[in-house]
Amino acid sequence: LGLGSIGGTAMAAPSDLTPNDYEAITHYNNFYEFGVGKEDPADYSGKFVTSPWSIEVAGLVDKPGTYALEDILKGKQIEERIYRLRCVEAWSMVIPWNGFPLSALLNQVGVQSGAKYVAFETALKPDEMPGVSRRVLDWPYREGLRLDEAMHPLTLMATGIYGKDLLNQNGAPIRVVVPWKYGFKSAKSIVRITLQEDQPFTSWKDANYREYGFYSNVNPQVSHPRWSQATERVIGSGLIPKRRETEMFNGYGDEVASLYTGMDLKKNY
Amino acid sequence: MPASLSGPVNRVLRPVPAWPLYILAVLPPAWLVWGLFQGRLGVDPVKTMEHQMGLWALWLIIAGLAVTPIRRILGVSFLKYRRAIGLVAFFYILLHLLIWLVLDVQIPAQILADLTKRPYIILGMAAFVLLIPLAVTSNAVSIRRLGRNWRRLHLLVYPAAVLGGLHYVILVKGIQMTPILYLLAILGLLAFRLPWTGRRPR
Repeated sequence: LGLGSIGGTAMAAPSDLTPNDYEAITHYNNFYEFGVGKEDPADYSGKFVTSPWSIEVAGLVDKPGTYALEDILKGKQIEERIYRLRCVEAWSMVIPWNGFPLSALLNQVGVQSGAKYVAFETALKPDEMPGVSRRVLDWPYREGLRLDEAMHPLTLMATGIYGKDLLNQNGAPIRVVVPWKYGFKSAKSIVRITLQEDQPFTSWKDANYREYGFYSNVNPQVSHPRWSQATERVIGSGLIPKRRETEMFNGYGDEVASLYTGMDLKKNY
Repeated sequence: MPASLSGPVNRVLRPVPAWPLYILAVLPPAWLVWGLFQGRLGVDPVKTMEHQMGLWALWLIIAGLAVTPIRRILGVSFLKYRRAIGLVAFFYILLHLLIWLVLDVQIPAQILADLTKRPYIILGMAAFVLLIPLAVTSNAVSIRRLGRNWRRLHLLVYPAAVLGGLHYVILVKGIQMTPILYLLAILGLLAFRLPWTGRRPR
């Protein structure tokens, strides 16, 4: 099963993408629990233990509880999804993820009718994460999506890259990938998923709400207060990276624009 | 440092001229260019070069600001190297700026937008502009011609250093420790110059 399995409109998603090489994808990361440098996650995540792993599913669900990773993966079809990744720092990559739609997991646990949002929490293990001794963010790292965003067929729970298990620096053993939003929305190394009525606490919005909104959809028309989002540096495009114009919703507008009909995306950035 | 120690150090320094610094100064940029073609600068080589040149410039600005406190507290004088330190710092800032313009942003319209709208760019550019007259007058003829005004003019390095430190603090995401330490180092070295903190030279 590839992108074709999610219906006609999904085929309009960028499909002629050439993925970055594995070295770049695994050595150019933002994962502040391991340090703020781009190579810190690769250098300092070696002690991070990701097996055994479980995710606690809580809140407005029919079957709350702590699910072992094996039980989550059981019966899930792992697909390859080649997605653009657009960082809020105005660089981009293309990543060949392996994973399954988040909706499959949400359907498995049974979302109750009052739930409007999904909150994600990243592991917090100070002994294995040298970056958390610095309070750059209010740990643990938390992110969230509106329920319809979370249920969207493009929203992935990723477990691998290039057919290999995720490395620690990429959010092992399981993470979210939301390709039409800035990279920081895609929380890594997930330990808790909560279905709730209120908009979740999100770490970057908490750190600086003027710069990082809850939605954080890729949007070339809305500047980050400190830099333009109109273009992006394409990592791996030669000795001197080229710039390309950033696309609305990172090129996934045909699939996701309807989620935001009637919303002022300048206000809801 | 007691005179028994600072004396010998100064004696060792006395015959060491400043001009080799200008030759050594070529090494970091040359190393970066070499690394670029060797593929040693990581996944994002342009950012690596840009950041490295910015950091080298800050290190040298801090070193230049430290000359006076070291002379007053330890009695060891690096005074004759200070002009070279300053000029090399300016050279690195110029390279930092050129890398940003030509290799990073690339698009003229966006450079202009960044220059007018982005606080960290404005601060960095202001620091660069303040340093231009200092670089231009860092020669024996200008020192003679300007007389006392030369010293006054070169006090511009103080605001330029603070702007450079702030530029680093506000360009990073979130509150990060490293750039704050750089800024504190700069502010500390400037605080030393306040009339009630600095000790008189011997």
